[in-house]
Amino acid sequence: MKLLIKNGRVIDPANNIDETLDILVEDSRIAGIEKNIKNGAQKVIDAANKIVLPGLVDMHVHLREPGREDKETVFSGTLAALKGGVTSVLAMPNTQPAIDSTENIRLLKNIIKDTAQAQVYIAGSITKNRKGEELADIQNLIKDGAAAFTDDGASVENEELLLNALKLAKANKSLIICHCEDKTLSGKGVMNLGFTSTRLGLRGISGESEHKRVERDVALAQKIDCPIHIAHISCKESVEIIAAAKKKGIKVTCDTAPHYFSLDEEELLGYDANMKMNPPLRTKEDVSAIRRALKDGTIDAIASDHAPHTINEKEIEFDRAEFGVIGLETELAASVTGLVDAGILNWMELVKKISFNPAKILGTNKGSLSVGADADITVVAPDVEWAVTKNGLVSKSKNSCFLGKKLKGRVEYTIYGGNIVYQFSCSQGPSARIGGAAAKEIS
Amino acid sequence: MSGWAKKDLLGLEYLSREEIELVLETAESFKEVTTREIKKVPALRGKTVVNLFYEPSTRTRVSFEVAAKRLSADVINIAAEASSVRKGETLIDTGRNIEALKADIVVIRHSYSGAPVILARNLNISVVNAGDGWHEHPTQALLDLFTLKEKLGRIAGIKVSIVGDISHSRVARSNIWGLTKLGAFVTVCAPKMLIPPGIERMGVSVTSSIDEALKDADALNVLRMQFERDEAAAFPQAFEYFRQFGITEERLRKAGKNIVVMHPGPINRGIEMESNVADGPNSVILEQVTNGIAVRMAVLFLVSQANEAKA
Repeated sequence: MKLLIKNGRVIDPANNIDETLDILVEDSRIAGIEKNIKNGAQKVIDAANKIVLPGLVDMHVHLREPGREDKETVFSGTLAALKGGVTSVLAMPNTQPAIDSTENIRLLKNIIKDTAQAQVYIAGSITKNRKGEELADIQNLIKDGAAAFTDDGASVENEELLLNALKLAKANKSLIICHCEDKTLSGKGVMNLGFTSTRLGLRGISGESEHKRVERDVALAQKIDCPIHIAHISCKESVEIIAAAKKKGIKVTCDTAPHYFSLDEEELLGYDANMKMNPPLRTKEDVSAIRRALKDGTIDAIASDHAPHTINEKEIEFDRAEFGVIGLETELAASVTGLVDAGILNWMELVKKISFNPAKILGTNKGSLSVGADADITVVAPDVEWAVTKNGLVSKSKNSCFLGKKLKGRVEYTIYGGNIVYQFSCSQGPSARIGGAAAKEIS
Repeated sequence: MSGWAKKDLLGLEYLSREEIELVLETAESFKEVTTREIKKVPALRGKTVVNLFYEPSTRTRVSFEVAAKRLSADVINIAAEASSVRKGETLIDTGRNIEALKADIVVIRHSYSGAPVILARNLNISVVNAGDGWHEHPTQALLDLFTLKEKLGRIAGIKVSIVGDISHSRVARSNIWGLTKLGAFVTVCAPKMLIPPGIERMGVSVTSSIDEALKDADALNVLRMQFERDEAAAFPQAFEYFRQFGITEERLRKAGKNIVVMHPGPINRGIEMESNVADGPNSVILEQVTNGIAVRMAVLFLVSQANEAKA
């Protein structure tokens, strides 16, 4: 089948394109990208006044399956991805069981084969059951397709162990992703440490607990001379450490999540557990530092850290609530609102952070609109404002930190593997449309 | 009664100066009631007050119970503990059940900061915070303000020092908000490790010298040191604490002024203060307890009126 996307403003960092063009899709690949394509396509999308970009590549997603299917599944999580214009995700390994062995990765691969609605890359855990005691079966996990390794949710406390993991990753051209948190410093904290935690009477998590560990992990990567990726950085000092490391030529990349450049700790003043995540929302000063770091290139990527939790785990006392927020369905709009609309990034820069760079960091061929590339394409109405509501979310969990807020930039179409897999529709509502389409796909 | 429109009392941070003054004025008229032979008024007749206590407390619970009974309300006490939490009923579910029983006011004590705020957001009935975690204990601060006003004639311009574990104290936070809103000068005094970050942004001076805290003070609010809490590993030893921060007759004498000494109770005699001070002429500790009833009557009355007016 042939699909033609007409007259959209095409943004493709891979080929340095930012102009009004047509894109022809044929048999799951991009067949042409030029002005006024005349071709007998069966389906034409009018993308006038819309932005057309390579599908988002989100390198930090908790799909929760296997083990916590009440929070999210590969199916529901990838549907949420498509609604957010995300066509590739990196699934975090903190499932039950953790993705630490051949047996467990094969279990997940089967679930993905049967139910995934978008491209799912798998991250294996660095240590067995993410306990930080002994290394997981890294080489065999790579043979089974693990795209990266992380103990996300925890930092690898033992330096020796992390050094060995880095050596293995280097030898196998894989990537270690670090969750940077010194638990001896963050302890039982539930929010950023400072005036606001004092005001609320909540235990604090210092910026130090993050950036001290960033410093250590970057130094370890320098020692081994191999790439390292730092996940979800949230504070000013982490930015400074990574900027200095990049200057020295250390192969470090990093990402942040939309909430760290959109929201600050004062969002917690009502004890709303949908504002509780780890690392925590920081100060206004940190938010500014994250924004600057996105602009100057210190931060390479934007990832959602999509972390679904049930109502029972969130609509309770703040201390008892789980850490984490969902983000697949809002990351593009939150980025348009918080970065493009705010004059911090232009579209080209945004598409680099949210698609092209993460694809490159993970060593995949996604994130580009080159002729011959996989036809994973997102079409966005950049000026449409929409309100984030529980009913509008297709993720199994509704713990969004943007609930009740208005965001700019609505995904109109998501094309994955050459097929229109999501289309916004006022009449049916987004969930009906996407559910219907996807249900057909798997039956 | 004009000037009070809030269905809940969650903390003094959320009140204006006028609202705090209104509670104090209302409490004055209720205090007069408690001196009568028949100490009961029909203001809340037919209303039900539920004391929902997730944390053990005798004095605050009893004080609320007496206050509600003097207003002719029916009172139900629920010691919620963690047991229902383990059975899986959430705070909000428990609150909704109490609402379904047609109670009018929930008085909640909880070990987690913010629990009353979350409850109030989810219920239509009134929620009164009887102390939540390290966050606020508004009725305690209101009764402290009431007592100070009674003793010193005013709040504006007076100097109050709060001594003790500021980091983990809801009494300190509520007092700071209340005192600063009413124009008092507040100093907090504690070992450095017990002073929370950014506290000066609440409008207070900070010191770790007890002599400095006592110098020129009109009143002291001495906090209970809770050596039983998790964080106590970082605390100074009890004896060491008393040596550096304990309120003694000698220290009071040295400070010169006739300083009013308050304590929210229960007192650790010989740790926060000498027995001689607790029982001495400067102490207003038992008057605080008496005033607590009038203040809580005022609070129950005001939130109930506001919710009725809304409906």
